[in-house]
Amino acid sequence: MGNRAQIIIVGTIFVGLGLVPLFAELTQTPFYLDLARRMMILAIGALSLNLIMGYGGLISFGHAAYIGIGAYVVGICAEHELVSGFIQWPLAIIVSGLFAIIFGLISLRTRGVYFIMITLALAQMMYFLGVSLDRYGGDDGLPLIERSNFGAVVDITNNVTLYFIVLGALVLSLLFCKRLINSRFGMVLQGTRSNETRMKTIGFPTLRYQLTAFVIAGMMAGFAGALLANHTDFINPDMMHWTRSGDLIIMVLLGGMGSLAGPVVGALAFILLEELLSGVTEYWQLIFGPFLILVVLFARGGLLGFFANKEQRDE
Amino acid sequence: MFDPNLLFEQLFNGLQLGLLLFLLAAGLTLVFGIMDMMNLAHGSLYMLGAYVAAQITLWTGSFLLGVAVSLPVILLLGVCLEAGLLRPLYARGHLDQVLATFGMILFFNEFVRLVWGPEGIEVPLPDFLKGNIIIFDIPLPNYRLVVIGVGLLVALMMYLLVTRTRTGMLIRAGASNRDMVQALGIDINRVFTLVFGIGAALAALAGALAGPILAVTIGMGENILIQVLVVIVIGGIGSIRGAFVGAMLIGIIDILGRSFLDTFFKLFLPVNAAETAGPAVASMLIYILMAAVLFFKPQGLFPAKTG
Amino acid sequence: MKKILVCGVSALALCFTAPYAMAAKAKKIKIGFVTTLSGGAGVIGKDMRQSVEIALDHLANKMGGIPVEVLFEDDQVKPEVGKQKTEKLLNKDKVDFLSGFIWSHVLLASRNSAVKSGKFLIVSNAGTSKIAGRLCHKNIFSTSWQNDQVPMALGEVLNKRGVKSLYIVAPNYAAGRDMVAGVERTFKGKVLGKDLTKWPTQLDFSAELAKARAANAEGVFIFYPGRATNAFFRQYAQAGMTKTPLYSVFSVDSLSLPKLQQAKLQNVLGTYSTQFWSPDLDTPVNKKFVADYRAKFNAYPSHYGAQSYDSIMMIADAVKAVGGDLSKMDAMRDQMRKASYPSVRGDFSYGNNHFPVQDFYLREVVKDSTGNWTTKIVQKVYENHQDVYAKKCKMKKSW
Repeated sequence: MGNRAQIIIVGTIFVGLGLVPLFAELTQTPFYLDLARRMMILAIGALSLNLIMGYGGLISFGHAAYIGIGAYVVGICAEHELVSGFIQWPLAIIVSGLFAIIFGLISLRTRGVYFIMITLALAQMMYFLGVSLDRYGGDDGLPLIERSNFGAVVDITNNVTLYFIVLGALVLSLLFCKRLINSRFGMVLQGTRSNETRMKTIGFPTLRYQLTAFVIAGMMAGFAGALLANHTDFINPDMMHWTRSGDLIIMVLLGGMGSLAGPVVGALAFILLEELLSGVTEYWQLIFGPFLILVVLFARGGLLGFFANKEQRDE
Repeated sequence: MFDPNLLFEQLFNGLQLGLLLFLLAAGLTLVFGIMDMMNLAHGSLYMLGAYVAAQITLWTGSFLLGVAVSLPVILLLGVCLEAGLLRPLYARGHLDQVLATFGMILFFNEFVRLVWGPEGIEVPLPDFLKGNIIIFDIPLPNYRLVVIGVGLLVALMMYLLVTRTRTGMLIRAGASNRDMVQALGIDINRVFTLVFGIGAALAALAGALAGPILAVTIGMGENILIQVLVVIVIGGIGSIRGAFVGAMLIGIIDILGRSFLDTFFKLFLPVNAAETAGPAVASMLIYILMAAVLFFKPQGLFPAKTG
Repeated sequence: MKKILVCGVSALALCFTAPYAMAAKAKKIKIGFVTTLSGGAGVIGKDMRQSVEIALDHLANKMGGIPVEVLFEDDQVKPEVGKQKTEKLLNKDKVDFLSGFIWSHVLLASRNSAVKSGKFLIVSNAGTSKIAGRLCHKNIFSTSWQNDQVPMALGEVLNKRGVKSLYIVAPNYAAGRDMVAGVERTFKGKVLGKDLTKWPTQLDFSAELAKARAANAEGVFIFYPGRATNAFFRQYAQAGMTKTPLYSVFSVDSLSLPKLQQAKLQNVLGTYSTQFWSPDLDTPVNKKFVADYRAKFNAYPSHYGAQSYDSIMMIADAVKAVGGDLSKMDAMRDQMRKASYPSVRGDFSYGNNHFPVQDFYLREVVKDSTGNWTTKIVQKVYENHQDVYAKKCKMKKSW
């Protein structure tokens, strides 16, 4: 980080995001508000994935499961008349953290492609579990009866208010990631990614660091899930499907792996591409597929690196 | 309550499913093991094999011709893909490979939709493959018997290839220690192309055979890909023997789970709970199995890598 | 002098009020139609779109004398995309009516947006119990059915035919479980076994068919839509089960039959299914609809299409009743509740939950006079049947 061009790009994005509600109001198209809000929530998810993938070197194909878990916690609470956001949201974070501990302990015994596979398998299990839960809609989904209630503090049933809450959450997440990565913890994590044996030799309990990162990432994704439930007013198991994890991976990669704000850029690019391309042609994936391949082959460092001409690349 | 005829029939079904999985797993595990390459597009080769076989069958009226033609066509496609698009990815990390091959999946799915439309193709079977043979009072579909036969034949051929030929020796060596093979002066690229080609042909065969049982549709590759990945992870990456054992395990356990889990649950759970839990657990069974195997043997049952 | 003054003031008054009077009548009726246009399920959306086209042809593209435009959007079978498209239609395109919705989860995700907008939502297919029950709304109407009704009718058929034992195979997802619950609700015989398969990935039914055969039931009940239909029927024949009658719901229809015929799956002929409609349903409206559809598109319409045709007709009837003044929501609602529009199903009425109270038929797969496979009505199973969730809806019937 610290590259001027990158800061300018990211800064511009945030300024733009701040202006979206105004723009949507002026042009009478709340649709843009919706789109931008979804992008920001996914960006938080991508940021959390970047922690373990970009900085930790752990390719998790099951990260979307935590977003789903967070969303379901909110939905199930609402279904049982527990609508206070002060209880729901921390609960969502804690529950996803618990799942992350269990899944992390199982997955981190493996490395490389085995790790990818097992995270995928665990996420699929959650998906099938969600589909089987008839009580909470199964795959028909669970409509959110009412949004999280924060009493007199803030009313998120107002779409614009929720928008700014999400924007604030994104900024906080970004700052949190920055603190974490630049801390001693973050250094050890990155060291483990480049050479685990070396770190172990120095005396670091690498498994504990990786597990902690895994759990933090899971909790952050759970938080994104709570936001997502309120955004869509609807929760369904699709949110946990492995293809959603694939979407998150694409976002991190598009933006530039291992760069702090890359996931934000990646999420923006992903959403824009999906929207624009699907408006152009039904067969948009014919273009999106090769585009991905090209990005992988030629735009190392993702879009952020590409546009900011980042010299040094952490791989 | 316990029906030996049913058990026998289910084992037969499990065998057939396992062998179909083996056809796919064998190619993929070699690509993984020797080229260290996460090729998600293997499922697309399977799908294209099914489509080509189906189309040729519709044009010529001969299912056998359809299967026979799809093999070299997909093999050629595979070799071109490998040389053109995949080679730059060997040096990259797994993540780049995942992303690039995922892009290929998207492309191939849309391509198939463009050419053949969204509805899939129906493969009409020749009459001699439509009936069934009665063994021990159980009708065993002819077609599934043929699949089992072909699967076992291919398994035998792979075994002979890998253990009795020089090529096979190169493959095994490449799987266990790629750098050493290169250091010995073997052109590793040719080995790679050969391995990829074999994998592509096997995938095409699996697709062509699966078409008449399952459906020839877009996205059929992704459906079966996860199961195949589970197979090779359990079996151990790079090992054909592992692929075989893993495929048999998954095939049989999947079938047995679907057949007997709800009955099993009814032994100690109330009927309603058993009826929900049975199918739910059955669908998660192979993942539970994989987690269990990896917990005790993080590199699978028969890991090939030694260096 | 007084006369001129009166004339002048009147003329002035007219100038000011006339625009308002004319503005009450809409210049163009816009209908937003959310359906699936891409992917494998795109065939359903295509059928619906074509049926809407026939409806517009019959209306000469006008409702109550006002030109009408239907905007189609693709939900890609994804709830959040469906919701997004719904909001786009409501907020950006400012449609006057919403219709379509094949899938229950897409409908559930979009419901709140529709309700908030205050516009009518005419559901052309999705029959989730939630919309018929707890989540019913004064602006939501259905021109299809409630999911459970169709399998309930089938259970009744089994009773009438004296079938004493049944084996059930269905996919393990919300709709699949609804179908099973429906048939179990009315079937009086014994269910010898039940298999819920993994959806949508499991297409190999060898294990389940082996169990079904071992159970030796008098009939097998299935629900396998989409790409699973062909796979199931083919494996059924291969498993040597052709002697056991097969009863299905939502699996065999005008969209799947051509493919089943192309695959020469002879065991499909003679199987039974239930539905509120069949291409040969003998009502004047349906005869015209099917004939014109076949003439234009060279295929039979499906029930999805018939339901969509009805949705358009229902809207047209309401618009006509208020003379094109769409601000008269209550009057339009009253008209809709009468169920007096020309419907393919003939005469029917609306329950308190705005779901049709209608007849259901038993149909058999046969060859028509030109050799095409289609469904033919054998007998009526239910007359004026109401879904079981109506009592969960808080609306009271006042019409």
